[in-house]
Amino acid sequence: MISKLIKRKIFPLLKVQYSNMLEYRVEIALWAISGIIPFFMLNIWTNNNLNESINISDIMLSRYFLCAFFVRQFSVVWVVFSFEEDSLMGKVSPYLIQPLNPFFRYFAQHLAEQITRFPFALIIAFFFFIFNPESIWIPNLSILFLSIVSTFLSFLIQFLMQSIVACLCFWTEKASSIERLLFIPTLFLSGLLAPVVSFPAYVKSWIYLTPFPYLIDFPANLLSGNETNISGGLSIQILWILLLFPLFKKIWSEGTKKYTAMGS
Amino acid sequence: MNLRKYLKVYKKFLHTSLASELEYKTNILVDLITAILSLIGSIFLLSIFFQNNGYIGGWKFEQALIIQSIYTILNGITNTWFNPNLTEIVKHIREGTLDFVLLKPIDSQFFISLKKLNPSGFLEIMLGFFLLFFCIRINQINLNLSFLTLSLITLSCSICILYSLWFFISTTTIWFVKTWNATEVLRSFLYIGRFPLNSFSFSLRIFFSVFIPIAFITTIPSEVFLGLSQLWKILLEVIVASVFLITSRKFWLFALKFYSSASS
Repeated sequence: MISKLIKRKIFPLLKVQYSNMLEYRVEIALWAISGIIPFFMLNIWTNNNLNESINISDIMLSRYFLCAFFVRQFSVVWVVFSFEEDSLMGKVSPYLIQPLNPFFRYFAQHLAEQITRFPFALIIAFFFFIFNPESIWIPNLSILFLSIVSTFLSFLIQFLMQSIVACLCFWTEKASSIERLLFIPTLFLSGLLAPVVSFPAYVKSWIYLTPFPYLIDFPANLLSGNETNISGGLSIQILWILLLFPLFKKIWSEGTKKYTAMGS
Repeated sequence: MNLRKYLKVYKKFLHTSLASELEYKTNILVDLITAILSLIGSIFLLSIFFQNNGYIGGWKFEQALIIQSIYTILNGITNTWFNPNLTEIVKHIREGTLDFVLLKPIDSQFFISLKKLNPSGFLEIMLGFFLLFFCIRINQINLNLSFLTLSLITLSCSICILYSLWFFISTTTIWFVKTWNATEVLRSFLYIGRFPLNSFSFSLRIFFSVFIPIAFITTIPSEVFLGLSQLWKILLEVIVASVFLITSRKFWLFALKFYSSASS
């Protein structure tokens, strides 16, 4: 039954969305470029020798920020914006009739977008290495595999969190402002702008209880070869997914009960 | 050019956009919390940079806070006026409704750059001024008339440059139709404006003063507040701002020649 689901639903969905995304390749390239903030941050760190105080060498820090860039590229989620538009335009109603949760459609969209984005991210990394040739390194295969897994888990956590926010559209119609609110801690606490190691002790004491450091800091540390607890990080990522998934299912079933199609 | 007519029209714009935005009252509250958290986040990031260093690029923490406050004010202005209007241009061009704008007996640039208004940005502007006054107190800046006029001049120049940048990118929509993400790229570059220009390496400094004049937008006004700025820099900013304004106007008129409505 599962193989049938994959063959009849997931594959066609992915194929359709991939060709859809290829149409917008310029847009996706621009989007990839807009993710280069970590490199600017790296410039501040190394140019002012700020990394000496946290005991990370220039090379390790540049690898960290490059990996942070990569992890961010492949864990960007925008489901709430698509869902909000669809629900305001009344497009959700036909999706609800189909024998497939509409979030599968968005999920396929995200995966297809990541595949389209991959070459652009590689090009940006290539330029990064031209400017910083000393930071080239080749992670071994098992680390590479584990970091791909943890990046995907990070993407899943963010996708679930945003889907939960998106379901609030059933009640408030404009849920994207809540998402923008949620984006602020993601931006500052995930390690995109500064590695979590550098945070002051009063923040470090509670930050590991939140999902944020597992979104970018953990996968980036893993991939760049900085010190991190691999099994601990992965299991906490899975724990968050196990926590968020039932919540999403609950809010989805409550929301669809509440849903009244536009203009009816 | 009839100034009274334009003022009257603008009053109508204000009325209609306020009325439509106030429909979503909780949104405004959420946006306020977002603005506050975002400010706290960037001060937190700044405090990480200053954790073990007294100076970053020759700026003390208290001085760098001024840049932060000016950034917040300008970001508020962007969110109030530039962002809602200029994303509308993309929509106008895609759906062909720009025809209706061009037919109106009013300047098209005036219409599309001031039609909408997002009141939640006001709160961010107020927050920025609040921080600015706090900075003036802790840096013991003496307020006098010449200082006030100079800071007003530089701030309004910054606003002009910022407007021109946004407008410039939105205008390119006439050729490319979908430049949604180009504004995202600009947004991520503008993020640099939160930090003193001197904290970046030489090549980036050149990039951010010649190609994208972010240096002029926040650093020079902050220098004026600290009394560090030389006269030539202020003059240069005035010149840059007027060049930007004039080119953006010329570019818009030029681009309109290539506008060929949707489906025609």
